[in-house]
Amino acid sequence: MSEMINQTEMREKYLRKGMLPSIFCNGCGHGSSLDYTFRAIEELGLDLDNMVFASGIGCSSRIPGYINADGLHTTHGRSLAFATGVKAANPELDVVVFSGDGDATGIGGNHFIHAARRNIDITVIILNNFIYGMTGGQVAPTSPKGTIATTAPYGNLEGAFDISELAKSLGAAYVARWPVFYPSQPIKSIKDAIQTKGFSLVELMSPCPTAYGRRNKLGNIKKLWDWYEDNSILAEEYDKIMNYGTDEEKAETINKIKIGVFQHTEKVGFFEAYEEQIANLMANDDKKWGGSK
Amino acid sequence: MRYELDPVRVRKILGNKKQFIMGDMAIAYGGLLAGVGFFGGYPITPASEVAEGMARMLPRAGGTFIQMEDEIASMAAIIGAAWSGTKTMTATSGPGFSLMMENYGYAIMTETPCVIANVQRTGPSTGQPTQGAQGDMLQTRWGSHGDMMAIALCPSTVQECLDMTIEAFNLSEKYRHPVVLLADGEVGHLREKVVIPDVDEMELIERIEATVDKDKFIPYSESQTNPGSKVPDFPTFGSGYRSYVTGLTHNDMGFPATDKQPDHERLINRLVSKITDDREKLTDVEEIELEDAEIVFVTYGASARPAESAVRMARAKGIKAGMLRLKLVWPFPEKAIYELSKKVSKIIVPEMSLGQMVHPVREFAAKDCEVIVAPKVGGVMHLPVELLAYLEEGSQ
Amino acid sequence: MKKEIQVAGFGGQGVILSGFIIGKAACVFADLNAVQSQSYGPEARGGAAKTAVIISDETIGYPRPTSIDVFVSMAQEAFNSYLPDCRDDTVLIIDPDLVTQSDVGRPVYKVRVQKIAEDLGNKIVTNIAMVGALTGIYDLGVPDEAVKKAVIDSVPKKFMDLNINAFEKGLEAGKNARPE
Repeated sequence: MSEMINQTEMREKYLRKGMLPSIFCNGCGHGSSLDYTFRAIEELGLDLDNMVFASGIGCSSRIPGYINADGLHTTHGRSLAFATGVKAANPELDVVVFSGDGDATGIGGNHFIHAARRNIDITVIILNNFIYGMTGGQVAPTSPKGTIATTAPYGNLEGAFDISELAKSLGAAYVARWPVFYPSQPIKSIKDAIQTKGFSLVELMSPCPTAYGRRNKLGNIKKLWDWYEDNSILAEEYDKIMNYGTDEEKAETINKIKIGVFQHTEKVGFFEAYEEQIANLMANDDKKWGGSK
Repeated sequence: MRYELDPVRVRKILGNKKQFIMGDMAIAYGGLLAGVGFFGGYPITPASEVAEGMARMLPRAGGTFIQMEDEIASMAAIIGAAWSGTKTMTATSGPGFSLMMENYGYAIMTETPCVIANVQRTGPSTGQPTQGAQGDMLQTRWGSHGDMMAIALCPSTVQECLDMTIEAFNLSEKYRHPVVLLADGEVGHLREKVVIPDVDEMELIERIEATVDKDKFIPYSESQTNPGSKVPDFPTFGSGYRSYVTGLTHNDMGFPATDKQPDHERLINRLVSKITDDREKLTDVEEIELEDAEIVFVTYGASARPAESAVRMARAKGIKAGMLRLKLVWPFPEKAIYELSKKVSKIIVPEMSLGQMVHPVREFAAKDCEVIVAPKVGGVMHLPVELLAYLEEGSQ
Repeated sequence: MKKEIQVAGFGGQGVILSGFIIGKAACVFADLNAVQSQSYGPEARGGAAKTAVIISDETIGYPRPTSIDVFVSMAQEAFNSYLPDCRDDTVLIIDPDLVTQSDVGRPVYKVRVQKIAEDLGNKIVTNIAMVGALTGIYDLGVPDEAVKKAVIDSVPKKFMDLNINAFEKGLEAGKNARPE
């Protein structure tokens, strides 16, 4: 399947033409995640007519606009609550939410927690760039300590959210994190996330040269992408070093960002359970009413 | 599967034709009878009974109830569910309504049909949770940012809680606009007789879904199946129209046009005028003793009850008193107020607030007619004798 | 015809349910109008609780009581708190075991409804016995049979007989009661 269609054909098939050109800057990782999503849909053979892409506010939240499917571009932080409704009224739709780190864990943190806790059967793709990009580089809940941002001009003092760790602790069915420059793993993760029953999260680390890189001595696009390479580590490797490595190795590794698939289980989604409850209630009533409706 | 409620089943769940129930419960009944397929809400006094009724009955009818994490999420979820093709509803009160304001605006901007039952209390802030008041009359009209219109109904009785909820759904589907049922804690927590309509006694309006060829579909302009209507056809998610829904200023195709003045002007004017064009058709007032009245109440909601009692008492004393009750408060019945004001010398607006609707009444009253508010704050209704005093004083 | 009834007690006694039954009897089982309002807030969660019912053969405008015709009390605190809402000629009905100090300088109807409930084996139906007593003492403008139907329609099926017994015993005691 994936071999049968090249990048140009794929874009032709999946892009919503009226929306181009995109708003993304040079060196931004968001375009890659759009390509990965197309590839995942193509490989799964999903019907775009049956998919809804929802989002909140921010650069990443513009992505549904570029996909030639139903798109719900909502208010800042609220996309998961909107998506819960979309799925509630038609559980047969495949619902994918694109969100940014600020959108999902700042203003929308509570909705993120509860969508995961309820185990709403949707796939969330969070593009984490550690910064509020669209509004010009304000500090985010994910910004590493020391980050320079327009609203943290002397260096960020706050601790950063680990989005994947949060989702894992909430019992999400699927949780994975990859930098966007890994070409094949994000595609596989998006595929697995869509196919996994229950709440699924794919966190893609997506560099923002404009709002994050420039202020943090990573303005050069290559330098920024290299920073991601140098500062991320496969979860299995991380664990090995922490268990068996030398002190020096440990010190070098401890602050790196773990990547990989952190959780992959099957959990009956909320609406599947709900439909079962409805069926039981209706059967009870029918019995009570003597077989007729 | 898309949830479509079987009206016969719903009617069976509701039970006896004649019941003695609370206003809040009557709102839940109205929603079910209208065919609500999704309810998302968050507990808040004095509206919680609406959610509790829905939680009990909606799944039995085949719909979905979710207690969301807050009112912001509730409003978001009902909008999302509406786009999947069902009728949707939430219920709240003052503080929750304030939280809903951003997504209320989103529903207006994206032309999403949905119903918000607001069992009003007072404020600012937490105020008096268990006491009824009429604190959100103007927030409904002006509470979200930007230019917009509102559609809102005000029940005075428990029966109207039921009937007007159905009406709210009908208007919402017809205009593709959120509709607010502005009940208040007094009516919401009052028990009274209701007669429950049977399936063949109701008239339900459904949204017009898009049917034109997919490549000819224009999602945000005049209707393509109902010529002349400013309400576009609805492209339900999953129906293949692949529509893009955004709260950004958008052009006729739904694409962002945030820096284009003509696009914004055209969009906003259509969003407002699709309702205001029908202002007179939508006007719904009850006239009591107006024929020869010289001094009148303009009233709504729970306040209409002591006001009506006061009018009767005044008439018994020979005072030419009357009352105009607004059943639909937004869009404001401008002409009805103007015409009334030309026939009477004084309009008194009794309100369970320091005065909200008195402002539009004053705005549209003829200049020779005096307009005053009869305020009552503290979470209680006016006593009929208190309102009688206004009539007596005004008639001297 | 217009009757204003106030029932009071402490939270958990089923005060609201008693008002509900009277209102339902009038609306659903007799072709009258009725409204029921109640106290909300801390007092509904323990402490004094009250509910008011207005019955009328006409449309009811103002839905709160303005001139109480009959006041029923099942707790001392409630009796003391809400007596000032009454007129000098308001009919007063109490359970003397629950309202021990009821000397207000005029006759009061005293019915031992809690005792009736206890004799039936469950104190929980005190309120239903009181609905019976009220129906027996005061002319609600609603047939006794309608009130009974409203009781049957409002209580759990499992405890139907208990509630009917409580209502009937209360009704009988009410009919025999004399102000003292």
